[in-house]
Amino acid sequence: MKISNEEQKRSAEFFVKEIRRLTNRPLRLMEVCGTHTVAIFKSGIRQLLPCEVELISGPGCPVCVTPNDYLDMAIAYSRQKDTIITTFGDMLKVPGSTSSLAAEKAEGRDIRVVYSPLESLDIAAGNLDKKVIFLAVGFETTAPTAAATVLEAERKMLRNFYVLSAHKRVPPALNALCAADDITLDGLLLPGHVSAIIGEQAYAFLSERFSVPAVIAGFEALDILQAVYFLVKQIREGKAAVENQYRRIVKPEGNVAARNILSQVYEEDDAVWRGIGLINFSGLKVNAKYRRFDAEESIPVEVEPTVEPRGCRCGEVLRGVAKPFECSLFGDICRPEQPVGSCMVSVEGACAAWYRYGTGRWQI
Amino acid sequence: MCLAVPAQIIKLQDMLATIEINGVTRQASIMLVPEAKVGDYVLVHAGFAIQLVDQEEAERTMELLKELAQYEDQ
Ligand code: SF4
Repeated sequence: MKISNEEQKRSAEFFVKEIRRLTNRPLRLMEVCGTHTVAIFKSGIRQLLPCEVELISGPGCPVCVTPNDYLDMAIAYSRQKDTIITTFGDMLKVPGSTSSLAAEKAEGRDIRVVYSPLESLDIAAGNLDKKVIFLAVGFETTAPTAAATVLEAERKMLRNFYVLSAHKRVPPALNALCAADDITLDGLLLPGHVSAIIGEQAYAFLSERFSVPAVIAGFEALDILQAVYFLVKQIREGKAAVENQYRRIVKPEGNVAARNILSQVYEEDDAVWRGIGLINFSGLKVNAKYRRFDAEESIPVEVEPTVEPRGCRCGEVLRGVAKPFECSLFGDICRPEQPVGSCMVSVEGACAAWYRYGTGRWQI
Repeated sequence: MCLAVPAQIIKLQDMLATIEINGVTRQASIMLVPEAKVGDYVLVHAGFAIQLVDQEEAERTMELLKELAQYEDQ
């Protein structure tokens, strides 16, 4: 199936017109996923929607919700002799309490950016006298790739590969947000690629417990517009269901094979989210069977005391209760080249997205 | 961070696929989608295929990606 530009434009116009028609009160819709945040800004969807429909960025940027003490620990490991840190590029510039991985790299520590966690295994095989620690950050989309890498390391009998896990699970965080008294949400745009793994069923509690309409959405502009249209329609009709706009990728049951691999290596664990705090069972840690791959369990390290950046309102931004420009440091002291908080570092962070693309309505 | 792109499997050896994204070839593991075959479109994230994609839909996504790329160039 091919769709011409003209057709795309026309279908977008249809969605916008319908969204306008169906909206009869102010609506706060949260896009949970940072990749959605960026897509929404890039495609100018905010400007297309009626004023009553507010899109709020949520806690869906894994780098942003990773607390400072994790970074401090990664930095402490990078300072150890005979250690190589492998990481996704997004983590480099995130400020820890007093340093960042980028600053440590400039000091000569062996920190290597990888596109896939599997690359860490080649690095480990080529440096048998060193410990290779992969910074395993990310939601359910990414966690199975780290789990598969651990299984590969086991198969290849690589004894010098470790993960430092800060993986997070999306549903417990949504549960915490919906249960919070100070947050009102009329609907949720659910993360498409997390859902590709966990499936539709994982969100049933949203309608059952909280009666919040929710739509699993893809990442093209039309996907997002269509998903907003689904949400607005549900709200107007007084429904609260989990709908799936992204059927070409998201199966009702998700990816069972990936979840099996995940549960071979990881188990659920309580985890701290920046801005939200401790959420039960919202994290993943390496289970007993694969514990020797867990850096924290296997390699002792002394970590400096954690200090949070003063004045940074990342926590409130991640919960959707403050907008980036309401932070007094935004765009002034805190910019993408010189970030104060994690929300300004990651390209998918709400502060970075507002800074880069946030022209238009919010400035008025 | 959850960004993932559709790609076609053009070669498969054990669990390692050679995939093509807009004319560029790369390697991706199919450990997470063991049923994938040559010719299938898969969604690729961090060096792993994470789900199968409907081929027609994949084409559509690729077209849109190209468009976005042009958009950025301006
Ligand atoms: S603008 Fe910077 S300092 Fe303010 S909340 Fe965002 S990341 Fe934190």
